[in-house]
Amino acid sequence: MSNTIKNITLKIWRQDGPAAKGHFETHKIDEITDEASFLEMLDILNDRLVTDGKEAVVFDHDCREGICGTCSLMIDGQAHGPQRGTATCQLHMRKFNDGDSITIEPWRASAFPIIKDLMVDRSAFDRIIESGGYITAETGGAPDANLIPIPKPIADAAMDSAECIGCGACVAACPNGAANLFTAAKVAHLNRLPQGQAERYSRVESMVETMDDYFGSCTNHGECEAACPKEISIDVIALMHKDYRKAKFSNRKDLARS
Amino acid sequence: MAQVVASHRGPVTGTANKAKKRRPFLLDLYSTAVGKKYAMGISGIAMMGFVLFHMIGNLKMYAGAADLDHYAHFLQTLLYPLAPKGVVLWILRGGLVAMLFLHLHAAWSLTMLNRKARPVKYQSARDYQIANFASRTMRLSGLVILAFLVWHLLDLTFGVVNSEVGNKVLYPGDTEEVKAVYVSVIASFERVPVALFYIVANILLGIHLFHGAWSIFQSFGWNNPRFNKWRRAFATGFAAVVVVGNVSFPIAVMAGVIS
Ligand code: HEM
Ligand code: SF4
Ligand code: FES
Repeated sequence: MSNTIKNITLKIWRQDGPAAKGHFETHKIDEITDEASFLEMLDILNDRLVTDGKEAVVFDHDCREGICGTCSLMIDGQAHGPQRGTATCQLHMRKFNDGDSITIEPWRASAFPIIKDLMVDRSAFDRIIESGGYITAETGGAPDANLIPIPKPIADAAMDSAECIGCGACVAACPNGAANLFTAAKVAHLNRLPQGQAERYSRVESMVETMDDYFGSCTNHGECEAACPKEISIDVIALMHKDYRKAKFSNRKDLARS
Repeated sequence: MAQVVASHRGPVTGTANKAKKRRPFLLDLYSTAVGKKYAMGISGIAMMGFVLFHMIGNLKMYAGAADLDHYAHFLQTLLYPLAPKGVVLWILRGGLVAMLFLHLHAAWSLTMLNRKARPVKYQSARDYQIANFASRTMRLSGLVILAFLVWHLLDLTFGVVNSEVGNKVLYPGDTEEVKAVYVSVIASFERVPVALFYIVANILLGIHLFHGAWSIFQSFGWNNPRFNKWRRAFATGFAAVVVVGNVSFPIAVMAGVIS
């Protein structure tokens, strides 16, 4: 049986556009089932706003099952809210109590300009991916399965970082607005696998340097790991820092030849 | 991912790789935030080595005036007569000053980068999960250490604020006079505010190192599941040893244990 949660006060960030000045707006939810997801709660609020002839709160969402990385809310000072290892869309109202006041803000980073209200533009991540988040593969017929042997621990470790859904919570949670966890997850995913070796060092160099154009610097606070819906470990950041050093030192001559 | 808002960045083209700028190697490395963190780490390690040996050397204080003064003389005459007196010490000092400069410059430019990365702060309170007091006060603890360092040099190295510095003493059995370091240390710590500043600054140094000595492992990419659990222990232990050693000196003077 479901219970109802009563008397929720929402403080929601409203902002008309990238350059507009924003403000918090307060809304009351008198009663809601605890089975509602956080985004469903916002849907219900929006229905009410539209019925009242007001403008709906704009927020990003797509799959609503934690795999697309579109949802992005700072809830009570935590990226993706108070539940570990889940995206905003996987958060449910049962996590809250009667009478709670909940504050909702957009991700804040200069690389993620606010489009409207709670929605931000994360295409700076695309710039990082473009600069090295790919492998060169031959085209043609699909290769046989298991043609390239990959030891199980390596495959597992690569999968752990490939889980990154590009949501940007790491940047949002980082006191410095750094994107090291995202970038390192992508670097570690490909650099651990045999298919990623050809571009291993050019990849890490380009991705780190593109990251620098948009984001802050990692101070090893560890907030990103705590916020990441996929619980990607900051171990990948160490791997990226190591490969970056290797790219700059050992592989310098090889790259210089080209 | 998100919709693209019209921006200065241009369309997604699949060719985000910029032409590489040709630069001298070290400048090239230092031009990125990750490279600057290497610089912070290297200079941090150099200064960690210094503070550890500085503390260990000063333990000579507990062996008495003659021991400490002879130790200071030993540092002054490193490699003598291969090098003139004081030269090696000044080279070491020069290296440390260079490291300090590097550390400061990197800290400054990374701080500016981070400011630029989030010009509009969160408008509601953040609820930090992992970031601790030490990691969030690196700049503050660093600046207090810097202020202390200036004072410390004016006090015991240059004697600007300590009239005992520069006096010499001839110990029985010696052929030449040595600097009376011991007396100036006692004179310095007998001023209670100075002793308190020394204690506070060293506790902040410990807090700086509690995060810093852990952080270097990540910055350099020294990450190995087999020793990862020791990284925090190393940082805590290192910070504790330096703080306990350094803080014991003013306390011993104020308590009259050494006089
Ligand atoms: C004198 C003034 C100092 C200032 C202003 C300062 C400032 C800082 C700052 C802001 C950071 C963090 C940088 C970042 O992660 O982005 C840092 C890191 C660090 N500091 Fe200092 N610091 C000072 C002195 C020292 C001293 C005397 C030591 C050693 C005895 C030291 C050891 C370290 C270490 C080991 C790190 C970690 C480096 C890394 O993460 O790679 N610092 N310092
Ligand atoms: S590393 Fe985690 S928090 Fe960062 S973008 Fe990927 S999934 Fe989101
Ligand atoms: S909406 Fe797809 S991850 Fe949340």
